Amino acid sequence: MKLLLKGGRVIDPANEVDEIMDVLVEDGTIIKIDINIDPQDCEVIDASGKIVCPGFIDMHVHLREPGFEYKEDIATGTRAAAAGGFTSVCCMPNTEPVVDSAPVVRFIREQAEKAGVVNVFPIGAISKKQEGKELSEVADLLAAGCVAISDDGKPVKKASVMRNALEYTKMFGIPVLSHCEDLDLSHDGQMHEGYYSTIYGLKGIPDAAEELMAARDIRLAELTGGHVHLCHVSTRGSIELVRIARQKGVNVSCEVTPHHLTLSDEILGDYDADAKVNPPLRSIEHIQALIEALQDGTIDCIATDHAPHHREAKDCEFQLAAMGISGLETAVAVIMDRLVGPGLLDIYDMVRLFTCGPAEILGLDRGTLEIGSTADITVIDPETVRRVDPEKFYSKGKNTPFKGMDLKGWPVITIVNGNIVAREGSIV
Amino acid sequence: MKFDRKDLLGIKDLSREEIELILDTAIPMKDVIKRDIKKVPTLRGKAMVTVFYENSTRTRTSFEIAGKYLSADTVNLAVSTSSVQKGESLRDTIKTIEVMGFDLMVMRHAMSGTAHYAARNTSMSVINAGDGEHEHPTQALLDMYSIRESKGTLEGLKVAIVGDILHSRVARSNIYGLTKFGCEVRVVGPSTLMPPEIEKMGVKAYYNLDKALEDVDVINVLRIQRERQEAGLFPSLDEYSNLYMVGNRHLKCAKEDVLVLHPGPMNRGVEISSEVADGSHSVINEQVTNGVAVRMALLFLMMGGSKDEIVA
Repeated sequence: MKLLLKGGRVIDPANEVDEIMDVLVEDGTIIKIDINIDPQDCEVIDASGKIVCPGFIDMHVHLREPGFEYKEDIATGTRAAAAGGFTSVCCMPNTEPVVDSAPVVRFIREQAEKAGVVNVFPIGAISKKQEGKELSEVADLLAAGCVAISDDGKPVKKASVMRNALEYTKMFGIPVLSHCEDLDLSHDGQMHEGYYSTIYGLKGIPDAAEELMAARDIRLAELTGGHVHLCHVSTRGSIELVRIARQKGVNVSCEVTPHHLTLSDEILGDYDADAKVNPPLRSIEHIQALIEALQDGTIDCIATDHAPHHREAKDCEFQLAAMGISGLETAVAVIMDRLVGPGLLDIYDMVRLFTCGPAEILGLDRGTLEIGSTADITVIDPETVRRVDPEKFYSKGKNTPFKGMDLKGWPVITIVNGNIVAREGSIV
Repeated sequence: MKFDRKDLLGIKDLSREEIELILDTAIPMKDVIKRDIKKVPTLRGKAMVTVFYENSTRTRTSFEIAGKYLSADTVNLAVSTSSVQKGESLRDTIKTIEVMGFDLMVMRHAMSGTAHYAARNTSMSVINAGDGEHEHPTQALLDMYSIRESKGTLEGLKVAIVGDILHSRVARSNIYGLTKFGCEVRVVGPSTLMPPEIEKMGVKAYYNLDKALEDVDVINVLRIQRERQEAGLFPSLDEYSNLYMVGNRHLKCAKEDVLVLHPGPMNRGVEISSEVADGSHSVINEQVTNGVAVRMALLFLMMGGSKDEIVA
C-alpha cells in the first residue's frame, strides 16, 4: 500500500525545497514529490496546514540501556523519540558497560531492532571505559555500527588523548563529539556562575569551564585536521571560538539544546532540580548569543541531550540531585513555541537544524526527502496547542523544567521507514 | 496587621512592613525574657520541632527556649542519632515529623534551597534557620533588631559587612533586609571570597577594610572558616587577619558611636580582636538575647497570633 501525504508545506532544506506539495511513499521509500499526485490506491493523509519534513534526527540522547534501565531503556526512549517527532536518535555510550566494544554496539542495535520504534545510531566511547586513557577500538566500533565517538558525561581530561582521538578518527571521516568541561573548574558546581548563583547561594559553574575545553579541542582539531563536534554549547565564548575556528578553516561543528536556548539561570530560585542540568542553564546574555548563532548559521544542529533520571534522583536536596533534562518529548514544541512562533528562528532553518544539519555532521543518509531515500518523515502542526504533562511521557524520565507549560506547534505524525509510528504524540 | 505566611524561607521576599511587624512584636517579647517568671501561655497546645542537619549552638537553643517561653511544646530532632543515619530521605523524614502533628518546623541544612524543598513538601510551617550559602533570615532579623534598638532607626545607616561574603548566608539575608530600609550596605573581604556580581544586590564591594569602614554606623563581622583556606581561597589565616581582622585601630575609621556585631561563634584573633569583641562598641551578647526575642515574635506570628494579642 502506498502512503500519500497530501497538500502539506514540504520543507526539505537538504534539497532546498519549501513548497506546498504531495509526498508519495512506497515500500519504505520516497518515490515521488509533486503537486497533486493522484491518490488512487493510496492511504491518504491530509497534510494541509501542516509542515512535512524529513524525519528529525536527535544526535545526542541517553537511552541508558544497557545498565540503567530504571532510568530509561531502548523501548521507552525510542517511543519518547517517536512521540516527540524524531525518526532517528544517536545514543551516547555512557552506559554500563560503556559502549567501548563491538558486542555492546551489537546489543544496542539488536535491542533497537527488537524493541525500538525509531532508528538508533550508537555512538562509541572515545576511550576504553570512558576513562580518558586508552583509545577504544574505533574501527571495530564503526564496523559494528557506530557513527561517531564521544566520552560525553565524562569529558576527556588529557589533551594527548583528545589529540590522538582526533588524529585517529581522521582516517575514518567521523567526528569526535566533545563534552567541553574543565572538571577542575566546574567542580561541585550546581548552576551557572553569575548573579543568580550569588543570590541563590549555589556554587557556580563559570562559562570559562566550558570555553577552556572548547578552545583546547578546537586547537587540537586544527593541529590534527580531525573533526571536532562540540556538544551542547551554552556560552557566548564557545560560539565566538567556533566562529573564529570556522574562519580559519578548522573542521568544527556544534550543537545546542532547546533548554539552553529558552531557559535562563533565574528559574532556579525555587530549587526545582528538574532544571538542574550540565552544562547549566546560563544567563540571558548567553542565551541571546546562542539565538544569534542559530540565526547566522554558526550552530549546525539542535540536539536534546535527553537525560532521563529516576524520580528519586531529582526529588531531593538540590545539591544532591542528578543533572539532566528529559528532552525528547518537548524539543520540537519548545523550539516551535519559543523561537519559531515569536519570529526568532525561521521554520525552514529549524527544519535544517533538526534534519540535514545533524545528518551532515555524522554522514548519515537521512534528513532528506530526496526521491529514493528512506521514508523517514516528520509532520508538524504549527497550530496545535498542548500542555506539557510529564506523567504522559513515554520516557521513564519525567524530569522536565517545561512541565505545565502550554506550547504551540507540535509534531503530529512520525513516519519511520515508511511506517507511521506516532500520531498526535501517541505511539501507533 | 497579620503575618500571613506559611513559611519564613528568606528575607528576600519579605516586605518592609512585614519586617517591621516582626521587629515590633519582638519588643514585648524581650520584656518577657527579662521577667522573673518567663513563661506566657500564648502558644499552649502548639507543637514545634527543630531539625538541624548542621551543627549549631545558639540558633537551635534560641529557637527551643523561644518556643518554651511561649509555652509551645518543643522537640529537637538530633539528626546525628536519627533515621537519617539509616539512609532515610529528607522527604520521608519531613513527612514523618508532619504526621506526628507538629505545627511548625525549624530547619537548618548545609545545602542551599533545602528549606524551600521542605516547605514545598509539607503542610507544616517551615522556618529556615540557615540553608547552605543562601539565607539565614532569623539572624538578619535579630541583627536588624539589635541595630534598631541601639540606633533608634535603620533608615539611612551605613553598614559594613566584613569577611567571607561568598559563603555567607548571614551576609545575603542582611543585605536583603538592610537595603529594604534604605541602608547603605558595604561588603568587604578578599576578592576570592566575594561572590560574582554582588553589587547587583544593591551593595558596594570593597577589598580594603579601612576604606570600607570609613564613616560607617555598624560593622557586622562574619566568621571565617578554616576550610576556605584549605580550599585555596586565601593563603593563610595570618594573612587574612593582617588584612581583614577588625581591631580597635579600625574602629577609628568608623563613626564614633559605631556598633559592632558578630553572628557567632567567633574566632578571636582571626576575624575580630578580643578588644573589639569585648569592647564598648560590641553588642555581640545583646544579639543573642535579641535572637530569642525575635524568634519568639516569629513563632508567635506564625503559629496563629496577631500583634494585638500579645500578653503584656
